[in-house]
Amino acid sequence: MFKWKTDEFSWVDFTIDILRILIVLGVVVGAWNTLSSGRISFAQWVNLFAAGLSQGSIYALIALGYTLVYGILLMINFAHGEVFMAGAFSTVFLAEALNRTGFLNEQPLLAILLMIMFAGLVSMTVAILLERVAYRPLRGSPRLVPLITAIGASFFLQYTFRGLYGSGFKAYPQVRILQGAISIGDINIPVVQVFVFGSALVLMLGLYWLVERTRVGKAMRAVSENKEVARLMGIDIDWVIMFTFGVGGFLAGSAGVINGMFRPQGVNFFMGFIPGIKAFTAAVLGGIGNIPGAMLGGLFLGVIEAIGPNLVLAGLGIPGANQLKDVIAFTMLVLVLIFRPQGILGERLSEQKA
Amino acid sequence: MIGRIAAFTVVLSLLGCFLAPAAADEACADPLGCVAVEPEDPIAIGAMLVMSGAINYLGDDTLGGVELALLARDYSFLGHEIELVVEDSLCTAEGGQAAAQRLAADPMIVGAIGTNCSSAAQGAIPIISDAGLVMIAPSNTSPSLTNDDIAAGGSHLPGYFRTSQNGLIEGMRLAEFAALALKSETLATVHDGDPYTSGLARAVADTFAELGRDVVFEGAVNKGDTDMASILTEIAVHQPDVIYVPLFEPESNFFAAQMTHIPGLEDSIIIGGAASFSSSFPENTGDAAVGIYVSGPLVSGDAYDELLSQWVDEYGSDPPSGYHAHAYDATNLLLTALENVAVANDDGSLVFGRQAIRDAVAATKDYPGLTGRLTCREESPFAGDCSPGTALAVFIITEAEVYDDHWPPPVAWNFALDAFE
Repeated sequence: MFKWKTDEFSWVDFTIDILRILIVLGVVVGAWNTLSSGRISFAQWVNLFAAGLSQGSIYALIALGYTLVYGILLMINFAHGEVFMAGAFSTVFLAEALNRTGFLNEQPLLAILLMIMFAGLVSMTVAILLERVAYRPLRGSPRLVPLITAIGASFFLQYTFRGLYGSGFKAYPQVRILQGAISIGDINIPVVQVFVFGSALVLMLGLYWLVERTRVGKAMRAVSENKEVARLMGIDIDWVIMFTFGVGGFLAGSAGVINGMFRPQGVNFFMGFIPGIKAFTAAVLGGIGNIPGAMLGGLFLGVIEAIGPNLVLAGLGIPGANQLKDVIAFTMLVLVLIFRPQGILGERLSEQKA
Repeated sequence: MIGRIAAFTVVLSLLGCFLAPAAADEACADPLGCVAVEPEDPIAIGAMLVMSGAINYLGDDTLGGVELALLARDYSFLGHEIELVVEDSLCTAEGGQAAAQRLAADPMIVGAIGTNCSSAAQGAIPIISDAGLVMIAPSNTSPSLTNDDIAAGGSHLPGYFRTSQNGLIEGMRLAEFAALALKSETLATVHDGDPYTSGLARAVADTFAELGRDVVFEGAVNKGDTDMASILTEIAVHQPDVIYVPLFEPESNFFAAQMTHIPGLEDSIIIGGAASFSSSFPENTGDAAVGIYVSGPLVSGDAYDELLSQWVDEYGSDPPSGYHAHAYDATNLLLTALENVAVANDDGSLVFGRQAIRDAVAATKDYPGLTGRLTCREESPFAGDCSPGTALAVFIITEAEVYDDHWPPPVAWNFALDAFE
């Protein structure tokens, strides 16, 4: 466990190990202080956990887009947060129209499905265009080139949508069927959170099936393993890469609508930035390029973000713990990069590849 | 020959360029300099308002107030046309700074209306003050803006005035409303670090404590936060009777909507600030907005009704927020000051001394505005405050505002009329 004890002594290893001990100690002391004080009831913890799981489901759906593209092209598509925004922002107008006509509450499941399809198609189109126009011409360039292009594309998309839909905030209408809570004793889980987790799970399982059980999935895996060999086997590499971007885009658009059901407010041209960064963190946490890793990383990040401030930071007496939610997320990223650069499930991927 | 004439003309022109400012300076005895308006030139008035972003409705609302005040004079003043130069100050210190710099760079600007947001004012004040200009804000409420004790966080400088009420007054009244009208014993406050929201939260908490009640939680969220579960759970630990949340949208929407999911807050009452006094707040918050109290400006009287009907005639709909009357008053204060200090020359040109304009605005006493009788004060922490502070009420959001696009909501407490027991 302690590298400096077994290998030749190194101050760097020693410092990292001390850091590990301090972090573990901080987490244990903070959690102990909070739990022993009994300030927060069991029902409130369950509530925080459920909210974290829902938020994590959305991160996971977006993270899948990052991980799919990385798996196939070894590039970070930093514009993926904007692909999420494109679907969510465009569909808010459809949602408003469905609400005005009464269809949203008369046929809620059909209406939500319609919105998910619409958002998925918008985001898919944006993702495919992005690949075709911005990334494909740069294939084969040094890895820094598409990375910088992705950042540029991210700004381009933000301000294009600002120009299209304005800079004000919009909100998804409330769906009556998703209001209320499921009560189990003292515990009340909001129906919308069950819906978010359930629908995200369906989409994630669908993706897993697509990648593992279909011909196109097999082609995606082949391209991911070795493009040249895949080409020799008759696989149309360009088409598979475009398809991968499309699938990632569809998931991001769907996440936009699911997010709109969960947190209806705050829909605007900038809404993809933070979830995009968080989803990227989730993908790295889980092991970038690894599909189950992205799912697990998203859920883990959502739960840690929801529970961490109240459990650890408040227990350590840190004021304004709730404001440090993002600090927890990004600290997790730094810790993973320091201690386990391959991510939570990263090892399994390398074993498979080997 | 032609070459000599050309050379003579050039020399004359250069002499003219050097001598003309000297002549203008000679005519101007004002310590901050003068604005000279030539006979055919318009009088330029600046406006630093939030014209884009999430709360651009506030900019539209106050711009309408300014335009109607100018329209009442037919955009004409002392024989000159009035030109309105609008700059987008956003709702940030950087936005206010940029807008102020653009106005300060224009030597023809005689004064400005704005900003909307207190944060933008903090960026604008030093530049406007250095440029010798005046700015009259229609919707700033942060107490720090009229406090000239820099060590105590004050940011007031000469040239800053406002027709909106000071947050100290608003905070005091809201705390009284919470303690005496709602009979609450415990209070939690939440701000977002903005001078407007933190100033109000501080003022409410201080007065609430002075009234012998308990302030059980004082916290903050980050601008841009969407997940409020963490802070709401922390507040739920204390189970306050009232939560004062003067946040802007969309944070206020997220806060109110997610509060319904948190065990322990079922009986807590939310009081929102004027930043949520907009028809978009109930629309975007949904069911959870019903029963929320929101403070906001309340103006009444025949003159105001007349303004409202002019508004509908001019813009075809109701005002989007509640500070148009304050903007109308701010514009009239500036125009009245200009009227009092203008030096008219025989050729029709006008000269305005910059210090004279400041002094004239500062000397405003009992001006009959739409928002009450305005008197500009000089003593800190109210330096530059011109509002009588009476045009304030607490409104309660009902289902009509959420579902039927009704606006404004019914008044729950009118500070000008209702008395505490």
